[in-house]
Amino acid sequence: MSRWNWNPAPTVDADHAAERPEGAAVSGVPAAARVAIAMSGGLDSSVVAALYAEQGRPAIGLSMLLWDAVQTPRNGRCCGALDLGDARVVAEQVGIPHYTLRLDEEFRQRVVDPFVRDYLEGRTPSPCVRCNTFVKFDLLLERAAALGAAKVATGHYARIVPGDGSRRGELELHRARDLSKDQSYFLFELDQQQLAAVEFPLGELTKTEVRALAARAGLVVAGKGESMEVCFVGSGVREFVEQQVRLRPELAASAAGEGAEPANEGAEVSTRDGRVLGRAEPYYRYTVGQRRGLGIAAPEPLYVLGVEPRANRVVVGGREDLLAEGLLGERLHWIGSDLEAATRDEVTVRIRSRHEGVAARVRPLGDGRVAVRFASPQSAVAPGQAAVFYRGSRVLGGCWIERAARGAELAAGAASWGVG
Amino acid sequence: MNVWLGARHANPSSLHASGRAARAAVEQARRQVADLLAARPEEVVFVGSGSEANNAVIAGLISGEASRRSAPPALVVASFEHPSVLAAAERAATQGAEVVRVPPRSDGRVAAADVEAELAGLRARGGAERSVLVALMLANNEIGTLQPVAEVAERCRRHRALLLCDAVQAVGKVPVDVAALGADFVVLGGHKFHGPLGSGALWIRSGIEIEPLLVGGSQERRRRAGTENVPAIVGLGVACALAAEELDDRADHLSRLRRRLERGLLASIEGCTLHCTDTPRLPNTTSVRFHGVRAQELLIRLDLAGFAVSTGSACSSGAVEASPTLLALGLSEEEALATLRISCGLPNTVDEVDALVAALGRESEALRRATARVAS
Repeated sequence: MSRWNWNPAPTVDADHAAERPEGAAVSGVPAAARVAIAMSGGLDSSVVAALYAEQGRPAIGLSMLLWDAVQTPRNGRCCGALDLGDARVVAEQVGIPHYTLRLDEEFRQRVVDPFVRDYLEGRTPSPCVRCNTFVKFDLLLERAAALGAAKVATGHYARIVPGDGSRRGELELHRARDLSKDQSYFLFELDQQQLAAVEFPLGELTKTEVRALAARAGLVVAGKGESMEVCFVGSGVREFVEQQVRLRPELAASAAGEGAEPANEGAEVSTRDGRVLGRAEPYYRYTVGQRRGLGIAAPEPLYVLGVEPRANRVVVGGREDLLAEGLLGERLHWIGSDLEAATRDEVTVRIRSRHEGVAARVRPLGDGRVAVRFASPQSAVAPGQAAVFYRGSRVLGGCWIERAARGAELAAGAASWGVG
Repeated sequence: MNVWLGARHANPSSLHASGRAARAAVEQARRQVADLLAARPEEVVFVGSGSEANNAVIAGLISGEASRRSAPPALVVASFEHPSVLAAAERAATQGAEVVRVPPRSDGRVAAADVEAELAGLRARGGAERSVLVALMLANNEIGTLQPVAEVAERCRRHRALLLCDAVQAVGKVPVDVAALGADFVVLGGHKFHGPLGSGALWIRSGIEIEPLLVGGSQERRRRAGTENVPAIVGLGVACALAAEELDDRADHLSRLRRRLERGLLASIEGCTLHCTDTPRLPNTTSVRFHGVRAQELLIRLDLAGFAVSTGSACSSGAVEASPTLLALGLSEEEALATLRISCGLPNTVDEVDALVAALGRESEALRRATARVAS
């Protein structure tokens, strides 16, 4: 048995599948056993397809056309039509049927528009989380179920493991074995139902192993690079935002508030105590923690501390001014039912995807709002990013950052906070 | 045709013996194509596809006429023409041509009167001298409806417009007589009637000249430069000869299958609607809508069950969008996305049709159940 036989799912009917004649449709196999593989045309999901085909699991490949490639011509990224073409070739290569679902309108509503609005409202968006929550593990699950697929497998680097003790029957989401590739941060909004319907076969593998598998299977995508940036954005995020606003002015109108237009002229750059340092580009070109592009000469490097759309103001300061003792969050989400443990003890919180994590205490405030107090001050707490809570490798849940908070705010009116 | 890929590989323009043999084979194929269309061999130009032929006519006419006339050339195209016609027309528009689209009526046909109204308008705007080309397919590819080409041809003559008839869907399934059609250009593609992929022919009425799309060679009487694809041409000729011989039998067989299919669908599946059944259609095409079902999902389920059916239009990635043809008939986007195209082929049997009807019933019901589960 090779070491990537990670966790054969109970629904596998490998014997049955192996019996089917070469090239025959998988019609003879009970529909419940079929797995839909979400294929982007990239290396990772291609390797998933190769693995399942090799194991004889009845599978189909599904690709999503999420963004009109004609509108934003791109190469070698997940949204491009070229990549989807690769998905078809790989599916053919490993011998599974492949279909493309057009979900671009839904993707625009659920991911792209909120992304643009976030910028216009001074936040730093996390489109990949939204895409997972509302497209891949929502719409795609729905569509796959309609096609008779019992589960959806993706090339995400994360692990799903059964809970123990009182949470027997529940599922836990964990970081990938290969921490350098771990994508669990982007999956924090999944719930039990979603976890039960998906498989992450790459979670136990390292990227090196995945590359080796691709090469061994002779996949046409074996030499492909990584897609690191936001898949639907072309050359520059700011240019993209402006282009979208030009195409759909209503996006800007709702962001700027009743009857207002978002400021298009250069933003005022000022310090926290109101000292105006000059003018920069429009506010939505800046995000919290940004250092470059301010165009203001100062003895010490200046960082963006805050973006104020209504005032068209960018507040700047020194590196130490970026530090915050905690954050206030909204739309709190827990993956498991053991929330008490999560709030009683310290957890590790990551406040952006590349954040190494810091010990913190989480205190729900009701109505989905939450206060998070770091064990030590953290730099660049950016509104719009996700704060994801971990215990060890396990993802407990998370929230969306409303704003950075001072220690006094976090303690206010909270007698039990930090005591005991 | 296989021998022309191997042992008898030769360039028909070569003067040696094997070249002459290749030339003879090409010319025999030309006669076979001409015979199927009741045309003269010298009017037939071999091309690589129906799309090439459509492009050649539109681009050729525009490039030939644009510089000569006072008013810019004009195109009248049915709105549900093949993409090769629509895109070539769009390109012509960027080069100064005036392009008018005529939608079909709800019976799935373009009305001759609608075309004539546009022709009158174009003449009124551009004078009698401008060159005008009308494009009307003989049979629509999605719903199979036969278009009133002869009637439109008569109106074209009256207004001194040329008529391009894309007959790719129809040739080999219904009789096509170029004289009776009255068009000036007729396009066919081999793979639609069991000929080779990548084969096609353009019939050009004697006396009409257009600027060739491909220049730089004297092949095809200087109407299409480039070494002939002898194997494809020979295969196309054979397909035409067989079609001419078997046309009636084929049409009978296909009609019988379709009658069984359509009766079966209506009798056994609730919530399905057939499109344009009261209009004369190709014998093999059925357009059917399954209420409350996404046709692409039905297509996938059928594919997995071993049946190949189609939806309206698919892009190169395989994604599906609402068919403009169906929208033009007055269907809503949701209805268009619920529509399947089913084509019976010559090798199909009555048993296969029955099995397909059963599978459609089973899979559409499963889909409705799955969708209801999600909604609840």
